[in-house]
Amino acid sequence: MQTSNSNSFHNEIFRKRCRYIIVFGLLLVAFAVITVLNINTGSVSLSVSEIADAIFRREGSETAIDIIWKIRLPRVIMAALLGGALSLSGFMLQTFFENPIAGPFVLGISSGAKMVVALVMIFFMTKSMTLSSYALIIAAFIGSLIATGFILLVSKKIRNMAALLVAGIMIGYICSAVTDFVVTFASDSDIVNLHNWSLGSFSGMSWSNVQVAATVVVTTVIITFCMSKPIGAFQLGENYAQSMGVNIKVFRALLILLSSVLSACVTAFAGPISFVGIAVPFIARACLGTSKPLIVIPGSFITGAVFCMICDLIARTAFAPVELSISTVTSIFGAPIVIYMMIRKNSRV
Amino acid sequence: MNEKYFEMKGLSVGYKGKALIHDICIDIKKGEIVTLIGPNGAGKSTILKSITRQLEIIGGKVIFDESDIGSMPYKALASKMAVVLTDRIKAEMMTCHDIVATGRYPYTGRLGILTRKDEEKVEEALTMVHAADLGNRDFRAISDGQRQRVLLARAICQEPDVIVLDEPTSFLDVKYKLELLTILRRMAKGNGITVIMSLHEIDLAEKISDKIICVNGETIFDYGTPEEIFREAHIRNLYNINNGHFDPVFGSMELPGPVGEPEVFVISSGGTGIPVYRILQKQDRPFIAGILYPNDVDYHLAKILAADVITEKPFNCISEETLKEALSKMEKCDTVIYAGTETGEMNQRIQVLIDEARKAGKLETYEAFNGD
Repeated sequence: MQTSNSNSFHNEIFRKRCRYIIVFGLLLVAFAVITVLNINTGSVSLSVSEIADAIFRREGSETAIDIIWKIRLPRVIMAALLGGALSLSGFMLQTFFENPIAGPFVLGISSGAKMVVALVMIFFMTKSMTLSSYALIIAAFIGSLIATGFILLVSKKIRNMAALLVAGIMIGYICSAVTDFVVTFASDSDIVNLHNWSLGSFSGMSWSNVQVAATVVVTTVIITFCMSKPIGAFQLGENYAQSMGVNIKVFRALLILLSSVLSACVTAFAGPISFVGIAVPFIARACLGTSKPLIVIPGSFITGAVFCMICDLIARTAFAPVELSISTVTSIFGAPIVIYMMIRKNSRV
Repeated sequence: MNEKYFEMKGLSVGYKGKALIHDICIDIKKGEIVTLIGPNGAGKSTILKSITRQLEIIGGKVIFDESDIGSMPYKALASKMAVVLTDRIKAEMMTCHDIVATGRYPYTGRLGILTRKDEEKVEEALTMVHAADLGNRDFRAISDGQRQRVLLARAICQEPDVIVLDEPTSFLDVKYKLELLTILRRMAKGNGITVIMSLHEIDLAEKISDKIICVNGETIFDYGTPEEIFREAHIRNLYNINNGHFDPVFGSMELPGPVGEPEVFVISSGGTGIPVYRILQKQDRPFIAGILYPNDVDYHLAKILAADVITEKPFNCISEETLKEALSKMEKCDTVIYAGTETGEMNQRIQVLIDEARKAGKLETYEAFNGD
């Protein structure tokens, strides 16, 4: 009896490990395929061998090299980095609020970041100064923190999660309204750019952007991964986590800071992107069949990267030469998933 | 063994800097089971939350194994104290094994990866609470009773010296209540783990605890062994009961008995009267019980439920006067129920009572009474 129990137990562990390996394998394949697709489709389509030549040997036609190196490659890298960052930011907020329907967009955090970035950009434009990428991230970070701070204040007053989400959506509307207001009345030729950005897009990414985003995102993701253990404890609730030895105050502050850095980074470069933060961690958990942060953190990151790359490909190509805003596409895929989650959640209780 | 293993020294607890309960002074020995009882909202949870550091202590100290828990690092406390809380766990996609494994937190490395030894401890803990077969099940898909056992396994897995449980038996059915408390007792007496918990079921508290803490409002109402605490008036005071009774001998709660002019006379002994009393109580018919010896089990319940009890001194013959009293009181009743009794030399006169009732046409047997 005892041995058969522990045998089935080890079988189960083995089965789970196999599942992780298969899911991660599939994700990496999807990642590779979608990367190639992203690089070879567009107004000028390129064959795989042309791409390989251009990337690894810097050979081929001048245009091909230019298109790949100056436009498509930085864009696809950014979509991957920021998509991963966004879903991880969502995952952390869900852990923090102990609710799977929390995310940087619905809680108004992305919009807060967008507002401050727009204000800062316009201020600098009128003085005809240019802004560095880091300055943009800092502005977005401040915006995120303001919105998050507000949400935290509300969450102290009301324990009801639905009400909290409504508050978040309202904050999002207020911030968007302020942004639209300043964008409408700002008089500058760059305003077209700003307008595009405020809708959300991965277009026009430069290598220096990639460098900055990669530095910030990779660092944050590594720190987050190292926090897997306390995040796992926190999934049982604050009180249990503390009883296991987690310093709750420090941990909560760190969680909010890290998720704000990630969503700020995304907003600074690509504008607000909706629903990725909620939908992707959900998909990742469902595919992997676990909530263990050690598995779900990298899983969410890669899934987010693939998801955003697919969405960006659609945004670029669906109605070419007109480009859709990235949020349009992520909403179409993300919102139904969120609705499904809510139905499933309520029907079970 | 240290006399003062876990000590609350002038402890004041409460919320937001406001003390709810003042000046708690209690010493707990290693391996003792200490239970907090008291009415809802009396502050049982507040005390438990304060000694586990979920709430800031407002005044005084808690000394645990010679160190002040207020100045202990969270990690150090975690390897000595585990909890089972009333909080609902919202985690999705976690198996019972995953939940139990979180108890290894203080012992695993930076990334929390379980070693072979940790896995063994998890299985051991699951086996200890008879939940080894639950390991692979989703935590949300199991019953309340199973969930509570898994949470206890989680606490055991943490290898603590003290386990603090907040109402661990709420929502469990009788079988699981008994099972859970049996496991706790085995841990306390077998492994020397100190158990501090709150219970709603005072009857169970009486039976499992070494010490009882009565909590009611401002301060600790009383602290002592169950024998000291469980006295009828005491419990009634603690819970402010004025519409029922607590029977300390069996630890049972009784609803108030029917009041008014008695209409039924019950003749019984050795437990045969108990079901009759209960039926009469439900029908709200006041009754007299007799003739009983105070060391008869029927007497305990009759004393609480009957309008009047006619007694004779234990091991004495039923005297002429007692019989007379019984006869005169029986006369005023419409019905006499004979629930059955052994008769011997000492209580021969019961037979007189029965005969008189039969003559008056009032006699009913228990079977006949219960039949209609």
